[in-house]
Parts: sequence; structure tokens; C-alpha cells
Amino acid sequence: MFSFWAKSLVEKLITLFFISIISFSVVMLAPGDPSEIDPLNPKFTQEDIQRLRKAFDLDKPLPVQYYLFYKKLFTNELRSYKDNQPVLKKITERFLNSLPLFLVGTLLTWCLAFPLGIQAALRRQSLFDRSTTFFSYFFISLPSFFLAYVLIIFIVKVFNVPVIGLQTFGRESVSWWYLINDRIWHLVLPSVLSAIGGIAILSRYVRSQMLEVIEQDYVRTALAKGLPPDTVYYKHALRNALLPFVTMFGLTLPGLIGGSVIIESIFSWPGMGRLGYDAILARDYPLILSLNFIAACLVLVGTFISDLLYMVVDPRISLISESKG
Amino acid sequence: MEKNGSSVNLSAPQPEQELLLPQVSGLRDLWRQLRTNSLALWGLGLLSIFFFIAAAGLILTEGRQPIMDPEKVRLVDTLKPPLTKANESVLAPEDRPLFGIYLLGTDKLGRDVLARMLQGAHVSLLVGFISVGISVVLGIVLGALAGYSGYYVDSIIMRVVDIMLCFPSFFLILTVVALLPPSIWNIMIVIGLTSWPPIARFVRAEFLALKKQDFVVAAEALGLSKLKIMFVHMVPNAIAPVLVTATIEVASAILTESSLSFLGFGVPPPAASWGNILSDGKEFIFDAPWLFIASGTAILLTVLAFNLFGEGLREALNPRLRER
Repeated sequence: MFSFWAKSLVEKLITLFFISIISFSVVMLAPGDPSEIDPLNPKFTQEDIQRLRKAFDLDKPLPVQYYLFYKKLFTNELRSYKDNQPVLKKITERFLNSLPLFLVGTLLTWCLAFPLGIQAALRRQSLFDRSTTFFSYFFISLPSFFLAYVLIIFIVKVFNVPVIGLQTFGRESVSWWYLINDRIWHLVLPSVLSAIGGIAILSRYVRSQMLEVIEQDYVRTALAKGLPPDTVYYKHALRNALLPFVTMFGLTLPGLIGGSVIIESIFSWPGMGRLGYDAILARDYPLILSLNFIAACLVLVGTFISDLLYMVVDPRISLISESKG
Repeated sequence: MEKNGSSVNLSAPQPEQELLLPQVSGLRDLWRQLRTNSLALWGLGLLSIFFFIAAAGLILTEGRQPIMDPEKVRLVDTLKPPLTKANESVLAPEDRPLFGIYLLGTDKLGRDVLARMLQGAHVSLLVGFISVGISVVLGIVLGALAGYSGYYVDSIIMRVVDIMLCFPSFFLILTVVALLPPSIWNIMIVIGLTSWPPIARFVRAEFLALKKQDFVVAAEALGLSKLKIMFVHMVPNAIAPVLVTATIEVASAILTESSLSFLGFGVPPPAASWGNILSDGKEFIFDAPWLFIASGTAILLTVLAFNLFGEGLREALNPRLRER
């Protein structure tokens, strides 16, 4: 048991090492230089550029830069090119803003996708099944930014509530009740938007998984011996159909960064995705690289958690015969 | 034709049952399956319309003197709603839109939205097919090598796949596209280079099963070169799942391109793409909603068509789903 975890951990660390090299070289070898961000500024002399390059280690050879970068990242000395703030502090701030969006979105996704998928599978070929199938393809194909604008127009025109940003600007000193209400209104639209695609995809998976399970022999046996169908489906079949989704739960973690760029940009939500987008615009390499690194860490932690959960819920998985495939 | 026939049947879980199946050629069998799937047929129909529009767009908007110029700026006719007549008293005859009417309105520079949408159609198609082409070629070559060679080649390639799957793909694509000089080719290459791992995985899995089949053993016994066995004899038999994934990847590539254009890193102006038009329209969602509705609907329908057709293909090719 322990050796399996150790092996898995070492494997993941090696993967992380390669990821750090690749993302570092992708960013550093791209044409252009952060010191050229404002080439037309007459106050920017050649000496200034040299001084800046020195201050940010850009004058050193790449392997040295790589070493210095990750050393600084781990010792929390890394500073943003743009405003000289510590990178980790900036990321933590934005992370706390992204968290409610992510939590509500994930909660919505999981709470709605499962009932939809299960019902669609149990009533195969019914009108309900056909319409959920059609609507899930519809929402998978619908660009989130398009839907966002349709909903913004709709909500603003019909309900007349503000939707952009974290909270209404300039109303910080009102009563706490109003403040909470305001916060919730601002949270609803972006989290619904980030959940919709997930609901569509996940309910398809749940449906096909459920279909697979209810055609198994043990389900037929249970039905044949006269158990009530609800017991068979919701107790026996559902448990087995849910197994693969335990692993997917770990894989939702990376959505914290990558999945939110567009939604956060539209709603001016000061979260991680928006931070990454601004960093890319400003060629703020330390921030871009740190975000990439953290995202990769989240993926690896997610797969680690899902391995762990899988073993807890499925006794058939044996540790020794675990083979990568 | 015979080879195609076996491509469908070989992936069946129980080889004994295959002998009982009627021998139908692969393509005809596939069509028979697809015909019963109404969603796939809708997808195919939408796709044909889309291909027709893209071809028409190529003819109408390209060249020195295009019939409909997507880049013609008409400052007298900015933000006109759809079906508005052009301002004929001011515009010179060669500046007027086709038939003197803006079928889909104009944008903030008075450019004809219909012409821009038509140009965007073949841009989207180009991005979808070239980026998926890159990823299919990479995926097949690497997956075949991994599945057929085994040992260390396999483990190295699969490690690379694992690493690629760890990158947050949209953020990575955004980073690379933003740092590189703006060009549509960069976008295609970057999307292609980041989307091959799933294809490589499918091909590898197929190859692991195919490697033990009689026809491969026979080819080896005949002394055929490894490259010939892999790419002439085995790849055609492993192509079915690739086809499905590729179709769905075209959809996601079009969606990625439009998201990039929407964030301002996509197809560089003055060329139009649907994401671009939507991005330009986002400043005027209340005053000129036709800008984002036209482009958004076009993206939606195209991506939907590819997704529906891909899923129909998956069901038609999957023997376990057939009886359902």
C-alpha cells in the first residue's frame, strides 16, 4: 500500500518537473521580451531596460533563470513584473474570489446533472430522454460568452438587477442584509453560466453509465425476483453507476483556473482566470508561470485524490495489479 | 472494401459472433446505422448547409474585387439593423453592398455583417480542419508507435501524453497564442499541438488489441517492414474511434478559436471570424444586438452540427450500442 503511494507520488513529482520545464520554455522562448512592453515610451532608456533585465534575472542564461524562478516561487520571493507585488499573495487574493464561483458552479453541476442523467437513462427513448439529449448537445455547443450576453440582456432588462463585478460599486456601507443580497445576485449569473456546460456533459456521462449498469445481469436478476424497481435502480444499480464519477470529482479541481477565464472576463469578476488573462496581456511572466504551475499541481492533486477515492469506494481495485493505461 | 468491412467488426468484443454477421461493406453499413439516428442526420444536414455557406463565402468574399467586400468601411452606414437599405445618395456604386441592402446589418465601421459572416465561415472551417488534421496525424503516428513498439517507446510516449493532459489546455493555448505574433496559422498549430493526446490514446488502445490479430501476425511472418504493417495494414483498422474523436475535436477547435477571438487573441483584423464579430459586438449588446446574435448563432449551429454528427458516428460505430 505504502509503496504504491510512494511510487505514485514520485511519478507525479517527475511529471511536475517536466511540466515546469515545458511551461518555462514555452513562455521564455516565445518571441518578444517583457522589457519591450512599452517600446515607444521616450522615458525608457537603454540603461533602464538593462537595469530592469538585471533586476528580473532576464540577463542570465535560461537554465539559471529557470532555477532562480522556481527557487523564488517556493521561497515566496517571486514578484510580479507589473506592480512588484508578491505573486503568491496576488494569487491567494484572487483564489479566494474565485472560490465561491467555483463552489456554487460545481454544486449546481453535480446536483442537477445526476438526476437528469439518471432519469434520462431510466426512461430511455421517451420524450424526456430525447429532449435532455438534444438540450445537452445544445448547451455543449453553445459558446459560454454568447449565452452570457443573451442572459445579461435578459436579466438586466427584465429584473433590472446589476450583474457585473463582485458587488455593486459604491455601496459598501449599507446594511449587511443588503450586502449579502447584492453579493448573491452578482454570484448567480456567472455560476449558472459556468455550470451549464458541465451539467450538459456530466448528465450525458451519467446517462450512458446508468444505461450500461441497468443492462447487467444482476439488475435483471433483481428485477426478476420481484424487487421493486425503485430499490433495484436507486439502490443497486445507482451505486455501481456512480463509481466512475468519484474519480471525476478530483478532476474538477483544475477548473478553478482554466475554466473561468472567459466568464470572469465578461463579468469583471476579480478571480484567478481574470488574473491570468491580465497577466498574459501584460507579459507578466512570473504570474503566468506560477498560474500554469499551480494549475498543473491542481491536476496532479486531483488525479491523486481520485485514485484514492476510487480505491476507497471500489474494493475490486487491487493495488498490486494497478497498471497505467 | 474488405478492409473497411473488418474495421467495424474487429472492434466487437466477442469475435465468435462476427461470423454470424452479414457481410456488408463498411461504408454502406455505417450509412445504414447513421440513417436510423435522427440527431446524426440533423447534424449531417446542418454540416452540408455549413459547407455550402463556407464555399459560397470563399467565392464571394475572396480575391481583389470580391462581390461582397467584408473589409469595406462605410462610415455613413454604421450600426444599421438588419434589412436596412444602403445610403445610396452618399455611397458610390462600388461601395454599396450586394443588392443595396444590408441583410444582417452593419457593424460599428459600417462593414457588411453578412459579408463578414461569410468570410468567417471559411475561416472557422479552416481552423477546425487544419488544427484537427495536425492533431490526428500526430495522434495516429505517436499512438501507433506506442501501441506497436511497446517497451520504452510506449512508456515515453504515454508519459508525454500524461504531461500534456496535465496542462490546463485553454489557459496554455491562450498563453502561447498571446505571446506569439498574431496569425491564424499560429492558432491552428497551437490547437493542433495541444489536442492530440486523446487520439494517441485511442490509437494505442486499438493497436494493442490489433497487434495479436492474425492478419498482423501474417504480415509479420511475410517479412513486411514494420512501418508498412503499422501504417498500411493496422491504421485503417484503428481509424473508427479516431474519426469520432476528430469530428468532435473539430467542434471544440471552432469553439476554442472563437473563444480566443472573443478574448482578442484570435484571427487578427481586418480578417473576420465569428468570434471576432461577436467580440466587436459585445460593446453594443443593447444598441446593436444583431452583431452578437448573428455570430453567436452561427457558432452554435456549426459546433452543434459537428457534435451531433460525431456522436451519431460514435453510436453507429459502436457495436455495443447498436441494439439500443
